[in-house]
Amino acid sequence: MIGGLFIYNHKGEVLISRVYRDDIGRNAVDAFRVNVIHARQQVRSPVTNIARTSFFHVKRSNIWLAAVTKQNVNAAMVFEFLYKMCDVMTAYFGKISEENIKNNFVLIYELLDEILDFGYPQNSETGALKTFITQQGIKGQTKEEQSQITSQVTGQIGWRREGIKYRRNELFLDVLESVNLLMSPQGQVLSAHVSGRVVMKSYLSGMPECKFGMNDKIVIDKQGKGGASDDAGKSDLGGGSGKQSIAIDDCTFHQCVRLSKFDSERSISFIPPDGEYELMRYRTTKDIILPFRVIPLVREVGRTKLEVKVVIKSNFKPSLLAQKIEVRIPTPLNTSGVQVICMKGKAKYKASENAIVWKIKRMAGMKESQISAEIELLPTNDKKKWARPPISMNFEVPFAPSGLKVRYLKVFESKLNYSDHDVIKWVRYIGRSGIYETRC
Amino acid sequence: MPAVSKGDGMRGLAVFISDIRNCKSKEAEIKRINKELANIRSKFKGDKALDGYSKKKYVCKLLFIFLLGHDIDFGHMEAVNLLSSNKYTEKQIGYLFISVLVNSNSDLIRLINNGIKNDLASRNPTFMNLALHCIANVGSREMAEAFASEIPRVLVAGDTMDSVKQSAALCLLRLNRTSPDLVPMGEWTTRVVHLLNDQHLIVTSASIDLQDYTYYFVAAPWLSVKLLRLLQCYPPPEDAALRSRLTECLETILNKAQEPPKSKKVQHSNAKNAVLFEAIALIIHHDSEPTLLVRACNQLGQFLQHRETNLRYLALESMCTLASSEFSHEAVKTHMETVINALKVSLAQFGSRDVSVRQRAVDLLYAMCDRSNAKQIVAEMLSYLETADYSIREEIVLKVAILAEKYAVDYTWYVDTILNLIRIAGDYVSEEVWYRVIQIVINRDDVQGYAAKTVFEALQAPACHENLVKVGGYILGEFGNLIAGDSRSSPLVQFNLLHSKFHLCSVPTRALLLSAYIKFINLFPEVKATIQDVLRSDSQLRNADVELQQRAVEYLRLSCIASTDILATVLEEMPPFPERESSILAKLKKKKGPGKLPDMDDSRRSVNGSTDSTHSFTDVLNLNPAPSSGANLLIDVFSESSAPAAATDVSEENFPRFVCKNNGVIYENQLLQIGLKSEYRQNLGRMYVFYGNKTSTQFLSFSSSVSSSDLNVHSKAVDPVIEGGAQMQQILNIECVSDFSDAPVLNIQFRYGGALQNIAVKLPVMLNKFFQPTEMMSQDFFQRWKQLGAPQQEVQKIFKAKHPMDTEVAKAKILGFGVALLDGVDPNPANFVGAGVVHTKTTQVGCLLRLEPNMQAQTPNGNAAPPATDPSFPFGAGLPGSHLGICSRCRGEQGDGFVGLKGTWPKSHELKVAFDLASFLPPDGRVCERLLLRT
Repeated sequence: MIGGLFIYNHKGEVLISRVYRDDIGRNAVDAFRVNVIHARQQVRSPVTNIARTSFFHVKRSNIWLAAVTKQNVNAAMVFEFLYKMCDVMTAYFGKISEENIKNNFVLIYELLDEILDFGYPQNSETGALKTFITQQGIKGQTKEEQSQITSQVTGQIGWRREGIKYRRNELFLDVLESVNLLMSPQGQVLSAHVSGRVVMKSYLSGMPECKFGMNDKIVIDKQGKGGASDDAGKSDLGGGSGKQSIAIDDCTFHQCVRLSKFDSERSISFIPPDGEYELMRYRTTKDIILPFRVIPLVREVGRTKLEVKVVIKSNFKPSLLAQKIEVRIPTPLNTSGVQVICMKGKAKYKASENAIVWKIKRMAGMKESQISAEIELLPTNDKKKWARPPISMNFEVPFAPSGLKVRYLKVFESKLNYSDHDVIKWVRYIGRSGIYETRC
Repeated sequence: MPAVSKGDGMRGLAVFISDIRNCKSKEAEIKRINKELANIRSKFKGDKALDGYSKKKYVCKLLFIFLLGHDIDFGHMEAVNLLSSNKYTEKQIGYLFISVLVNSNSDLIRLINNGIKNDLASRNPTFMNLALHCIANVGSREMAEAFASEIPRVLVAGDTMDSVKQSAALCLLRLNRTSPDLVPMGEWTTRVVHLLNDQHLIVTSASIDLQDYTYYFVAAPWLSVKLLRLLQCYPPPEDAALRSRLTECLETILNKAQEPPKSKKVQHSNAKNAVLFEAIALIIHHDSEPTLLVRACNQLGQFLQHRETNLRYLALESMCTLASSEFSHEAVKTHMETVINALKVSLAQFGSRDVSVRQRAVDLLYAMCDRSNAKQIVAEMLSYLETADYSIREEIVLKVAILAEKYAVDYTWYVDTILNLIRIAGDYVSEEVWYRVIQIVINRDDVQGYAAKTVFEALQAPACHENLVKVGGYILGEFGNLIAGDSRSSPLVQFNLLHSKFHLCSVPTRALLLSAYIKFINLFPEVKATIQDVLRSDSQLRNADVELQQRAVEYLRLSCIASTDILATVLEEMPPFPERESSILAKLKKKKGPGKLPDMDDSRRSVNGSTDSTHSFTDVLNLNPAPSSGANLLIDVFSESSAPAAATDVSEENFPRFVCKNNGVIYENQLLQIGLKSEYRQNLGRMYVFYGNKTSTQFLSFSSSVSSSDLNVHSKAVDPVIEGGAQMQQILNIECVSDFSDAPVLNIQFRYGGALQNIAVKLPVMLNKFFQPTEMMSQDFFQRWKQLGAPQQEVQKIFKAKHPMDTEVAKAKILGFGVALLDGVDPNPANFVGAGVVHTKTTQVGCLLRLEPNMQAQTPNGNAAPPATDPSFPFGAGLPGSHLGICSRCRGEQGDGFVGLKGTWPKSHELKVAFDLASFLPPDGRVCERLLLRT
């Protein structure tokens, strides 16, 4: 199990140091600093073994979080914990930065005491934590309330407390997807996948029982056989592929989802935590709608000049608008000057990143835009050829590139008298670019 | 040199550097650098003219970026342009860039050389100095080529300034070191006188300058240090007067050290101590004046207690050299008090906060250790080990192991120490250490019982290190019976104890424990059932690890099937290990590099007594009965997984065996066996090579190639995979083109368990393989023999036999050699006569051979009685020659037998072209060689 947890700033100074076990000494702190943070060669492995001590680290901007252990622990568990730890800290004080950590060190120690016990991870659900680790002064709690905390933390439904009441029962569903692509210069898809999350914000009274339905291929096929599908055939919101169901390669759920039910019936039923949480994560690789197509054209004119032309085509319904479009065209390392002409948006040569960055605020579907650039090169005595890194792209589109659709989210609360119809439900689809690259 | 004026301070550079320093992360730094590089590139674009200042500034920035570890692939041209500038600072930066960044095969080298040449030819001393420094800094071959002739001219020119001369001299020194062949030696010698004069001038002028210069009350410390260091390069003076003068000087320095300090400033003591340390180093170097040595020792002893860490470090270091030098070791011994004092102090150094000081203290203790204080030192080192710094633990462990072995009077103490060592620092105990313990325990009957008892007790600790389990498993498996009489350590108790550790151990250790169990079955039949149950359990019989599974299955079957007698034979006690250099010592040597360690050769004798006589030399057929080294190490008894790393040396071990035979095993290690089967006809040969995989796993990417300088060898391609336990055959076709002396080498490469193995084997293809036997009548033979009197046609060798002579064996050998054995040709029936023709593609050379054993053997000196009364005869070999004759002149002069050979080679021959007789005869001191070769 985890023997200790350290947080360093970019200089390697220790901001937070919490040791859970005696086998982790003070020198472990220095060992990580010397061997990882200040290493001569950048350390790319997230797990480092120094003198029979394992260090698992994640980096958030300039902050290093390192979990230390002398035992043979489950590395995936440690990283899951570290990510959770980041989430919890973000939920409490916002961005993880040196300043925020310094300002909230007492809180962080308090959190660490709560979520790790002798190195064993405990409840790290932000909602539950916020009920007893508060940033304001603690109101005088009655004995009852105190005992409630105990039963809640140790009880069966640790993620939701009883007696929640809202005047308006409301829930928000966000389908957030990131689409990853690698395409050859000729437009052949070399690899593509979508990793998505369903994030839910629930403001529901009582202990509601929810059921979530989406166009999962297995479920649709089953219903199709039964011939009793009333949801099928509804108009789709998204890219216009018109397909009815999607094949999910793998998925993971929040701990509130009853896995046994999913395994047997493939239905997703749960009692949701209060507030925001991530209901499920999934990945698809088949029939992905690629929102943009990048067509590069690079021509080398002699040794000192390079001509680049890039066309982007949007490939979704004309009524939808893509946002925050950014195309990044890498330039050779010996670039000495760049002239850019673009029809739409703004383009600029960013020397610090060795790239031309072309930004477009908005772009409708089934449109096309073009940029052309002349790059002057400085002749070098290096015979190495330019490796031509791929052109990458960022964007945001208001549909799910995987084709996932929410079919229903039903809420049942038997004790309180509100029904499924009284709940106000909001659904939103956001497709973002992950690593969206086209070779040139 | 002109100081950098204020106006030259480059603001842009300063801003850039401070920007970089202020970057919060690596990424930010890279961004800033990329931006700057783009800026410089746009500035360096061909169409703009830059002034010298900005050029200098940007080149400086590039240099800084390069020093930060980024690649710079432009800007060289601009730097070269700076060379032609007239401003000192610009030139300086240009040279700096070039000496740091330009590699020797760049296209710009011509331009650079031109620039340097111009500067050398200029009369400006600073420019000349810059150019000379650049040459010396780069110091490449190309530089030497270009300027080796130029620099001496600068050096001897009458009008050069002293400082330039100094630089020129140093520059020439550097070039001479890097490429001595390029510096013209002929002219060089004539200029040596000049050079020496110059250097002396510089030295003397410097000394005159410094004569009345005292630095914080110490007279000319730098000069003194340099002179003392210079003296250390020479042997002690022979002249008595000179020596006494020198001794006087050194005494003065030592006396000065005793005086109270004249100043409290640190510079004063630094200067004083610097001179003192050099003086002590010189005393140690001379190693001849006991009084001085003792004084030096005392002085160092004082320093050991000094507050200053640096002083303590230096004192420890000097003590170390002092203790390891021969003479002073004795001298210092007579002053035991000082040594003991120093010892105490150096023990106290373990408490020092500085790890380097502690390291030195360990070195010193190691050097000072002898029989009298070994116990104390080892105990101290052990107790220190518990708190020692990680970086030096392994070394301490090795040192403790070596000291314990070397000075062990009492083996119980040795066993205790090593077990303690494993207990305290098990992680750092390398395999060699515990192998050594086992070797010693097995070789010494008197400690076996004690060792068994001790490991048994040590194993009772709830948590013990895996190495301890290994030692315990081995020793109890071998000698558990010695303590089985005690009810507290009855067989079952022993077994349960070992088995309790089983599941906590790694696979190799488990394998070892399984072997220990089967040995238990032999030692204690009463626990047989228990052990069989353990072996039978699924966790053993169906273990995922193939090695463990195999052992379990095999041991179980062995214990079930074999009778007690067979079991007792199979599982007999390990025979004593052959004596060899302590493997730990070898490891320490390897770690430290050669020559850094005091000689410790006597360690072997003191520990293991003499087992050397066990080597038998009875195998007559085996020409070179050297024990196959390394083949009977402890490791192969146990597991193959710990086989040593792949050997890349060419194996010639079995080579000599193939002189007279064509089939057999040429190479064998733990993984692979290579067998040969070969046949020869005239100048052609065919060799079947059999690769046997001795392991149970596949060899992957197996490939082989034959490299030969003189032979045509065609090898058929082989399958890249050899299954475990399988054998593969490869055919080599060999053609002898002309005479040759070097045998071809077979290079094998394969992957075993992920590790790439390289094996090189010398293939036994010698010239004699291409002999065709020829029958000949006595008359013919002697006629031809006599015709061949010319020196280049004859080779003879007289040697002392190693084995008792056996006529049949000798005959078989001569036949195997390839020639026809001619019976009844020689009038003396004891002699052997042979004839054959060596076939090569180009020529055929006849060859006659004669072998005359000398039954009345005499020792080479002829005075002492021969060691063996029997007529001894080894085996002699022949040399190529078309006709042979007897060289009876040599007979019986010195040797016990000799071979005479005569032949006509088409061209005159070197000794190596003729047969390498030595390949027949192990290079043994007893062989009296006398080879005559006339060319």
